[in-house]
Amino acid sequence: MINDFNHIQAAHCENGVTTSLLKHHGIDIINEPLAFGIGSGLFYIHIPFMVVNGGPALSFRTMPGAIFQRTAKALDIKVKRKKFRSEEAANDYLKQMLDQGIPVGCQVGVFHLPYFPKEYRFHFNAHNLIVYGYENGEYLVSDPVMEGTNRLTEEELTKVRFAQGALAPKGHIYYPENIKEVDPETLKKAVRTGIKRNVRDMLKIPGSIAGVSGIKYTAGKVRKWREKLGVRRAGLYLGQIVRMQEEIGTGGGGFRFIYGAFLEQAADILGKDELLKVSEDITAAGDMWRNTAVQMAGVYKGRITEQKDFDETADMMIAIYEKEKETFKKLSKIKLN
Amino acid sequence: MKEKDIPQDESALKDVTREVVYAKGEDGKYVSSLSQGWNVKKEALDNAWDDVNEKIEEAKQAVINGEKSPIYYFKEKTLMDMPTITGYTGFWSFTVKRHFKPSVFKKLSDKKLAIYAKAFDISIEELKSPDLS
Repeated sequence: MINDFNHIQAAHCENGVTTSLLKHHGIDIINEPLAFGIGSGLFYIHIPFMVVNGGPALSFRTMPGAIFQRTAKALDIKVKRKKFRSEEAANDYLKQMLDQGIPVGCQVGVFHLPYFPKEYRFHFNAHNLIVYGYENGEYLVSDPVMEGTNRLTEEELTKVRFAQGALAPKGHIYYPENIKEVDPETLKKAVRTGIKRNVRDMLKIPGSIAGVSGIKYTAGKVRKWREKLGVRRAGLYLGQIVRMQEEIGTGGGGFRFIYGAFLEQAADILGKDELLKVSEDITAAGDMWRNTAVQMAGVYKGRITEQKDFDETADMMIAIYEKEKETFKKLSKIKLN
Repeated sequence: MKEKDIPQDESALKDVTREVVYAKGEDGKYVSSLSQGWNVKKEALDNAWDDVNEKIEEAKQAVINGEKSPIYYFKEKTLMDMPTITGYTGFWSFTVKRHFKPSVFKKLSDKKLAIYAKAFDISIEELKSPDLS
């Protein structure tokens, strides 16, 4: 059973699955930045006392699953989701969907994903891909971070769908239902809602670890890491920040730039030129993140390892905190209606 | 970032895929373009792997010195943390920790060893006498 499916590559897996599945059902208006913005994907959080792969637990985007959920809801599309106890039931259900001509999104772990380069295979369980058919015992897979499509044997697919550990997918499968055309008013409303929610997420979550304040929180940690952990471990921690910010598999992909691209489109959709200026600001913030990554690389490459280098890194993050705070404040003041 | 500044450094993604990057095109509008890698993140990834390999080497030594059982070594070798290994085996974490002891490991039934062997994707023989050369 092979269904017609148009593979679309994306910077980030969940944006990609959202975009491809909606486009498949005829919603042509959607694209990656729009899905990301309507789903209020931009975020920052640093979870203290939690360790991921021996390093700090932080994220540059909203929680897994939220982008798809919110974008579909905003466009008035229902999402059907299912998780399974048994691998057999999970497989049967998947086949059933494909036989009905329905491509589905699957949450998977990347550790056993054979087409990923070995270097990228950690136990990260919130990766997303689309299965759109099967043939000769192999499933046809559209993984949004890959340039082309791939094939997985039933055994391989089952293994990644039932990966274990944090965020275990448990065969999680999802697809949009009751698709109807998106009229311009619905789209405008979705864009407005997405922006407002993102402003709230970045500026108004109480506490010091989430939203723009989270960036300040991490900066404070960075200042102390050298003394607390030693140069080697502190370097690894900085490396983890860069990987969270940039890498495929962990869900990176220059989120600030994707958001900049979203605001550019939002300006057009809502007829609000003021949004273009904010798009410039968020682009500048993205560039600042990249410069900070270069500075951090200096530390983990062992080129600059003094306390003053850590302080400088922290200062750069404080500057990003201020830039993003100011940017989202500006965004909050724009009348979107 | 400008489209022309998108890094194209050689990375682990070589011959596998290129990544989509959003950047500013010539006319100042956003475009999406492909990158084959960036040294800054390649180094971060290499560094993380050095750390993993160090831990595997330490675990290997601990098994050779009779301080830990092969389960501990294979847990490190397959990059598992506690939630991952308890997820794959169904054992409680304190049970797994007990199984790290060579004395306890020696008395494990083949049934339990088979559960670990499956989780690590190896044979029971390999689990019992791992190649630590």
